[in-house]
Amino acid sequence: MATGAEQAHGAAAPGMPQLDFTTFPNQIFWLVVTLVVIYLVLTRLAIPRIATVLAERRGTVANDLATAEELKLKAQEAEATYEKALADARAEAQKIVAEARAEINRDLDAANARAEAEIAARLAESETRIAAIRDTATENVRAVARETAVEVARAILPAAASDPAALVSAVDRRMEMEGGA
Amino acid sequence: MAVEDGGGLSIKPMDQFIVKPLFRDIEPGSCMPPEIVEGCLKWYEPSNVTLWMGLGIVATLLLLVVGTRGRAIIPSRSQSMAELTYGFVHQMVEDVAGKDALKFFPYIMTLFMFILFANVLGLIPMSFTTTSHIAVTATMAIAVFVTVTAIGFVKNGAGFLKLFWVDAAPLALRPVLAVIELISYFVRPVSHSVRLAGAIMAGHAVMKVFAGFAAIALVAPLALGGMVAIYGLELLVAFIQAYVFTILTCVYLRDALHPSH
Repeated sequence: MATGAEQAHGAAAPGMPQLDFTTFPNQIFWLVVTLVVIYLVLTRLAIPRIATVLAERRGTVANDLATAEELKLKAQEAEATYEKALADARAEAQKIVAEARAEINRDLDAANARAEAEIAARLAESETRIAAIRDTATENVRAVARETAVEVARAILPAAASDPAALVSAVDRRMEMEGGA
Repeated sequence: MAVEDGGGLSIKPMDQFIVKPLFRDIEPGSCMPPEIVEGCLKWYEPSNVTLWMGLGIVATLLLLVVGTRGRAIIPSRSQSMAELTYGFVHQMVEDVAGKDALKFFPYIMTLFMFILFANVLGLIPMSFTTTSHIAVTATMAIAVFVTVTAIGFVKNGAGFLKLFWVDAAPLALRPVLAVIELISYFVRPVSHSVRLAGAIMAGHAVMKVFAGFAAIALVAPLALGGMVAIYGLELLVAFIQAYVFTILTCVYLRDALHPSH
């Protein structure tokens, strides 16, 4: 049954269609036509167009790279200028700071000198006043000492009190000695 | 098409390869030249070959011409694919056959586009695969062979024969090697054409057989899974065979341009 069907089928289409030589001229004719058409499409339209686009793209990319390089150089230049401006500004600032410091120092020195002079003047004045007070005190002590010496002498030794002038000079001498010691 | 026929399956895996006229039916067996010719396909007659080759041209136009109509510096998807195809073949010609082979680039690109779209369109169910026919692949292979041999002699004159004279081998061996080289040179168009037609035909026949077995409920899942797998494989084969045919053309072209080993 199966073999019969196969035989019938075999009779309908003998063997491989690939080996049916009666179809070869048709296939080869249309193959040649097709290849020629594809060749014309490629050489007239596709290949020039794609080649142009690719070349254009290469050109654009190269241009862009060159522009980028140029811009990079410019940026570096700008950075250098900026750095220089920054350094200049820093130097200027330092100069100004130094000047200000010097001025302040000068003012400070002047104020110090003034203050010292004033202090010295006050000191001198105080000393004079102290000296005056001390002189007054010495005079008072001397007077008290004379009076006391005279009174003491009068009380203990009335004979000696007859000459108060000698007593006074003795007290003075003594005081001179004490002061000297 | 599989029909359970009294316990036997009738799978006709080769029917898909039949070349027939587009606009008339031919009585099977009515072409037995030179006696009976009324059922024969005429050479100029539009056939399913014409249809599928024409669709290949349309596909080429769509990819390479319509796809690139924007001519954009930043390409669209279709333009990108067209440029990729162009760049792929261009690179192949330059790398394999050398810079001086680039003037043959349009011819090689023609072959590549034709084979690629014939193979890929052939994977559409119910379609006809023009590259599964030895008549088509042999015509291209012979054209390549004749052209390349002619280029070899035009470029190098008698120096082209150095291709068969292996300078690296000992002198005594050279005549033997020359005979072998000569035979291998003339076998080139055979292997070149049979490789493409054979791979495509075998793949399509296997798919039809799997499809036939899908009619049997017991093995249908297996057959369907097999078909999916084979279809994926055939998609790969469609590209690879177009690539192989093209790269071999480039190799032959290189031999013609630079015959010294």
